[in-house]
Amino acid sequence: MFDWFFNRQILTLPYIANYGYTDASGDYYITIDSQKCDGCGKCVDACPEKVFELITDDYDNLVAKVRNGVVRNLKYICGPCKPVSGATELKCLRSCEKGAISHSW
Amino acid sequence: MTAVNVGWREYSWKAPGKDWTKAKIITAGVDVGSVSSQAVVLTDKEIFCYSNAYTGSSSPSSAIKAINMALEGTGMKLEDIQFTVGTGYGRVNVPFANKTITEISCHARGAHWLLPSVRTILDMGGQDCKAIRCDERGKVTQFVMNDKCAAGSGRSMEVLGELLSVPVEDIGPRSLDIKGEPPRVSSTCVVFAKSEALSLLRGGVPINEVIAAYCDALAHRVYTLVSRIGMEEDFMISGGIAKNLGVVRRVEKLFGVKAHISFEPQIVGALGAAIFANDLLEKSTKA
Amino acid sequence: MITAGVDIGAETAKVVILRDGQVLSYSVVVVGVDMKQSTEQGLGEALHKAGITIDDVKHITATGTGRKHTSFAHDQVSEVIADAKGAAWLFPTVRTVIDVGAEESRGIKCDAEGKVLDFARNEKCAAGTGTFVEAMAKALEVKVEEMGELGLLSQKEIPLNVTCVIFAESEVVSLIHSGVNKVDIAQAIHNAIATRTVSMVRRVGIEKDVVFIGGVAKNVGVAALLGKHLGIEPLIPENPQIAGAIGAALIARQKE
Repeated sequence: MFDWFFNRQILTLPYIANYGYTDASGDYYITIDSQKCDGCGKCVDACPEKVFELITDDYDNLVAKVRNGVVRNLKYICGPCKPVSGATELKCLRSCEKGAISHSW
Repeated sequence: MTAVNVGWREYSWKAPGKDWTKAKIITAGVDVGSVSSQAVVLTDKEIFCYSNAYTGSSSPSSAIKAINMALEGTGMKLEDIQFTVGTGYGRVNVPFANKTITEISCHARGAHWLLPSVRTILDMGGQDCKAIRCDERGKVTQFVMNDKCAAGSGRSMEVLGELLSVPVEDIGPRSLDIKGEPPRVSSTCVVFAKSEALSLLRGGVPINEVIAAYCDALAHRVYTLVSRIGMEEDFMISGGIAKNLGVVRRVEKLFGVKAHISFEPQIVGALGAAIFANDLLEKSTKA
Repeated sequence: MITAGVDIGAETAKVVILRDGQVLSYSVVVVGVDMKQSTEQGLGEALHKAGITIDDVKHITATGTGRKHTSFAHDQVSEVIADAKGAAWLFPTVRTVIDVGAEESRGIKCDAEGKVLDFARNEKCAAGTGTFVEAMAKALEVKVEEMGELGLLSQKEIPLNVTCVIFAESEVVSLIHSGVNKVDIAQAIHNAIATRTVSMVRRVGIEKDVVFIGGVAKNVGVAALLGKHLGIEPLIPENPQIAGAIGAALIARQKE
């Protein structure tokens, strides 16, 4: 992808990252599409449980990631934003203008 | 990290008759996992030596132990290695690494080097399970990793072996030595599965069929995990589980696809790291 | 009128004998290889303690995961209904029942009569159940009954990284090797169970009074942390393990 405006080549090697787990009660994954993610960081601020962080990936792009410490507890940590708690929307999805985030449950 | 008997022995391998002193580029990759650590050394992009060791209670010493084990008897010393890439769960703790790269990228790179036609990789280690899709260049296009639940990891096979007093390496062959279909097990949780396995045995189910039932369950979990990112041939299985033919055959059957297994399935991550190291060094000397 | 309730769980079978709405006797028996035999043993013990024979018992209702495995029960009732009934009898002000057993945990919303309005259960994963406490007690080399008190001595909160009982065993071993105090490890385990339980109960809504029953309710460490995370102090009966069997015996009484 060649950006004419800034006259430099922006290498994008898009990949889809699934963070989460499967246990006996179901599949709980947050998926981040690195092609759509522009590293704006809005999800980091929007999430009340601090699920996200920004990292520089192996291709030197700034992208959002689910923090290591929460990956294994997603079902419980995301609980407050899920219908089961009476919530009507996921704050992270709402904050992402590029639609890079999706939940599997 | 674990005081549990994992049932396998540490080992290393050296390429016979290779004179490393003549090599132009010498790089290494070290993969520190929660259960085992591997080191791979390349001389001019060919495998010179490698090792597979237990990760002890400290990651930095595991990395050093792995590299020393690989280098032992070769005459090569750590200082002779020009560039090292660290990877794996303990990658920040490879004290002599020049760079760290995620295990996802390293596994894809290593698998691709071993089999350039590979597009889907399943890696199952002691405590986790990863599924990776890559393109024709070995670059990751999709991945998913599950390290939360023992039922989807090699640990479930170890627990089974301990419970039934069957060595881990016998589980695969014995699971295939059965007549007819094994019973379907209902507990996905390894803890609950222990009591379920015992009651199956008490109910008169032959031990090989009990083993087969759990290999079946594991294969199904693997199938679900890989299905999340989709299967595209060629398919490679790496990590300790690749040595369990019982699970491998069942996974192949579920996907209707042949699984390629390299000569040493446990070093794929470290190999990929060593190749990244080689490429990074070449790029920086050209620049 | 004498009735009996039998609660056959994954690890223990509880028998309660009620006479005219009062607990006459009870027994708790470890469920062995032969479930039927274990429940018969439990019934025998309870009858003996009450000084009566099986012919004196008008009606026997069974509950729990093994409720079909008795030779003497007249009928069965779901453990959710039995739990709510038993909890309401013990504490008529109950609106939320939390039952954490050996292999399963439940959150139940009920009314003043003990009628079930909503419920949630976790029966697929050992983390968050009594099995977790037992496995960790083994790793810490303490008796299961001592875990609660041990945890209460803890002054420091340590993070427990793993969420699987199997992986936790090895993590605890390495924590001990690196010199972490057993009391802190015990309380961290109790905390993991308490937070998971609260998450599950939130699905049915938390309303005062909260009653905590099941074998794990005997663990004072878990009870304390449960209260902390709920923001409400749970009511715990003197013998939380037999609450389900009490409920079954009450339902047996209603049938007559």
